Amino acid sequence: MSLALYRIDDRLIHGQVVVGWGQPLHVAFIVLVDDEVSGSDWEQDLYRMGVPPQIDVIFASVEQAATQLPGWEADPRVGILLVGDIDTAVALAARVPQLKRFNVGGVHHRTGRKERLRFVYLTDDEAAKLRQLAARGVDVTAQDVPTARAVPVTEFT
Amino acid sequence: MSELRGVIVSHAAVAQALVAAVTAITGIEGVLTPVSNEGCGTEALGQRLREAVGAGPAVLFVDLPGGSCFTSSARYAKQGGADIAVVTGVNLAMLLDFVFHRDVAPAEAARRAVDAGAHAIRVPSS
Repeated sequence: MSLALYRIDDRLIHGQVVVGWGQPLHVAFIVLVDDEVSGSDWEQDLYRMGVPPQIDVIFASVEQAATQLPGWEADPRVGILLVGDIDTAVALAARVPQLKRFNVGGVHHRTGRKERLRFVYLTDDEAAKLRQLAARGVDVTAQDVPTARAVPVTEFT
Repeated sequence: MSELRGVIVSHAAVAQALVAAVTAITGIEGVLTPVSNEGCGTEALGQRLREAVGAGPAVLFVDLPGGSCFTSSARYAKQGGADIAVVTGVNLAMLLDFVFHRDVAPAEAARRAVDAGAHAIRVPSS
């Protein structure tokens, strides 16, 4: 198998990821790509607590992820890759040309952001970055849970 | 009576329902505050926690031992500024015990909540 889901979600590891996606996909490992979390044992312990013991959690910086991603893609098990914001997604996609899809799963309200979908709030700059990703051949859709419709980037940016 | 308060942090409307159930059973109001993660990112949930906890002391009763409710609660407790303890796996039994036993520090109240909550989880003999 490989990485079944590349997801942008500012909550990183949480119920929708572990249960909502993890159960139907039979996920065996989660890769959390975040420069801050990858440097903090305390933060890593927090995120591990939300994951059943049979699922491996791998923490990586953007640079580490760019190097190790081919190995995760070749893993016979099913995995999910998570980033917490659009800048991290853009940075990873710039370093890994074979990355061809991103699911926007949860980007929530913050000053300067406008509601695009119930679970997606973006600044104009963030919306433009997602459109640029799509223009480079990355399939960008928004979908919070597997039973929802995958909304094309053109419908929410 | 102690100033120790409880803040229930949950997905969707679980926290509100638990507060309503405690009030219906005990008649005690104003001790528990519900906080939902509905529509929240980390930043917004942290703000809801700040408003709910105030100056503390408080016990944060979180629904799951992981996820956004838990990570936000643990981060908030770690920041300091108030005497706060975090308990996961909130259930009605631990809340009913808590509202009658608040003359202790948050850490002690959290330990007691774990015992009360776990004691209520059983398989009745048939």
